[in-house]
This record gives sequence, C-alpha cells and structure tokens, in this order.
Amino acid sequence: MSDSHDHHHDHGNGHDHPHGHGHDDTHILRRKEDVGYLHDTVGRTEHEMDYFQIRVVALLNVLREKGLVTTDEMRRAIEDIEAQTPAIGAKVVARAWADPEFKKRLLMDAKEACAELGIDTSAVNHLVALENTGQVHYMVTCTLCSCYPRVLLGQPPTWYKSFPYRSKSVVDPRGALRDLGYEAPEGIELITVDSNADCRYLIIPRRPKGTEGWSEERLAMLVTRDSMIGVGDALTPQEFEARPIPV
Amino acid sequence: MEQTRFQVGQRVRVKNLYPPGHIRTCPYVRGKTGVVSRYFGRYKNPELLAYGKDGLPARELYWVEFSVNDLWDHKPGKPQDKLRIEIYEHWLEPA
Repeated sequence: MSDSHDHHHDHGNGHDHPHGHGHDDTHILRRKEDVGYLHDTVGRTEHEMDYFQIRVVALLNVLREKGLVTTDEMRRAIEDIEAQTPAIGAKVVARAWADPEFKKRLLMDAKEACAELGIDTSAVNHLVALENTGQVHYMVTCTLCSCYPRVLLGQPPTWYKSFPYRSKSVVDPRGALRDLGYEAPEGIELITVDSNADCRYLIIPRRPKGTEGWSEERLAMLVTRDSMIGVGDALTPQEFEARPIPV
Repeated sequence: MEQTRFQVGQRVRVKNLYPPGHIRTCPYVRGKTGVVSRYFGRYKNPELLAYGKDGLPARELYWVEFSVNDLWDHKPGKPQDKLRIEIYEHWLEPA
C-alpha cells in the first residue's frame, strides 16, 4: 500500500471540492486504491458499478478513514474467503467413499469427522452430511438467503443465490434440477433441504462405478461442487477423462 | 437423554403467524403439517440475535419433513418427494 501515501494530499479528505457534490455518487470513489480494490474484487470500473457496489465501497472508505479497517486487512480477508474451495469438501467425500467407517462417523457427526481431516468447521453451528443413494436423492437450497457450507465448498455459485433457484427448488424441485441439467430418476425419493437456520449441509454423492481401488486423491477429482449441493452426480471416470480442460 | 418438547416421528404443525421482524420460519411452511425427522439441539434465537440481543432463552431446533405435495396446491412432486426445513420449537405445535 506504499504507493497510496504520496497521493493523500489531493484525495480523500472531501475539503478540496467544497461544491458541486451531491449529483454524482460515483465521486465516492475518490482514491486510486479504491479503483484497485474494485478491480480486484468485482472487476468493474466505477462507471459500471451498481448502487450497492458503490455503497459497499463508500462504507469501506468510512471504515478506513476512521482507522477501523485497513486495505491490507480487507485484502487478507478476501484471500481467506477465496482459500475456501470445493476441493475441501471433495476430500471429505473421497475419504467417505474410501473408508466406510469414516462415512459412518461423517453421517453421525460431520463436524467431528471433518476435524479428523484437520478441517476447521468452527464457523458453522451444526454440520450435517447426507448420503445420496439409489433410493434417496438430497438437494440443498436456501430460500431465505444464501446459507451454504462455505467451510467445505467455498462461496456459493451465482445460481444458488439467484431468485429462480431459491424459489423453484422448493416450488418445483424436480423442475429446478432439470433447469440445471439433472434429471432426477422417476422412482427416487427426492428430498429438498432448505437451509434456513443453524445447520449447513454436505451431500455425499454416489460413488461412480469403475472406481474400485482408486486412491482418495484420484477419487476426489470426480467430486464436483454441484454433486455436493445435490444438483448433480459425481463425474464418472469416463466423464472426467472427456471433460474440457479450462485454459 | 435430554428432554425435548417434540419427539422424532411426531406430527407437528407450523404456526400460521406473521409477526414483524427477522423470522427464519419460511412463509411457505407456515400452517403446514409435517413430521419431526431430527432434533438438532438448542440454539440462540436468531429472531433476537438479529436485533443485537442475547438470543436467550436458547430454542430447540428441529428438522421437520413435509410431503412436497402438501406444501403447494399445484402438487409439483412425485408422491414420495419431501422437503426438510429447520424450525425452532416456538413455531411448532402438536398436530
């Protein structure tokens, strides 16, 4: 943040523009570092931001000016958030596939079982693992907001937070799955789980056929984020081999 | 075993109330009848926590299961399809 110091004389105090304010909210973003923050987080210039994005940056400016939070602390917090990825959940699922005793413990007390793998779930009050089988298929939603097992899956995908998914997942669960490209088998018991209070849910997808004897590391590569939300199955070895590699 | 107000397997109705404020009981289950499928423990009441209060007394939290077709007039599910949702004790009554 050293490059910001020599610019303080002409930014941020609000006194060098005694008039002409009040018509253009985008002037809330006065400093070079604000623009940098935006590019890092939302990737937009101030002219492309909507009302709430501008409000967030304005609030951040006030907190910084009062010395309550620094840009560096913000950056670290963002890094911590981004360090949480579905790979953590995939590791848990792969262990459950490989070790039936671990799966029992995971289904009994998911927080304890995660602790065995060194995963810190203290941010969650109650963690519940649910197993998809040939008879039962669980899918998770949060109709009130965006409750999601972030400690295991990272940030929720945009569709999970969207109004169409949040409403249709309870009003027409099979239709919501179809919208996401998943056809729930006709005879399966589909259980929609609305995550509305103190619990977070991890779905253990069915272990794909043809993976007997695979190592946990290899199994984990088949566990997709969506399969742990219950809106899809894990990849088959064939699907894994055939998937396009993102550049 | 901890004494709880409701038991797993018991039929319960969600109270059909619409108080103002921060409420976690989703409107689409209010007034509906389901079955207690799990007891999660006691948690501070989010209806109070939301306003900076201590959230006490802690409330029993239950997982209540409904038939999807009992929730909506258009009956969108297969007969076996269910919905499970977390409901605090003070929103439940025996059915």
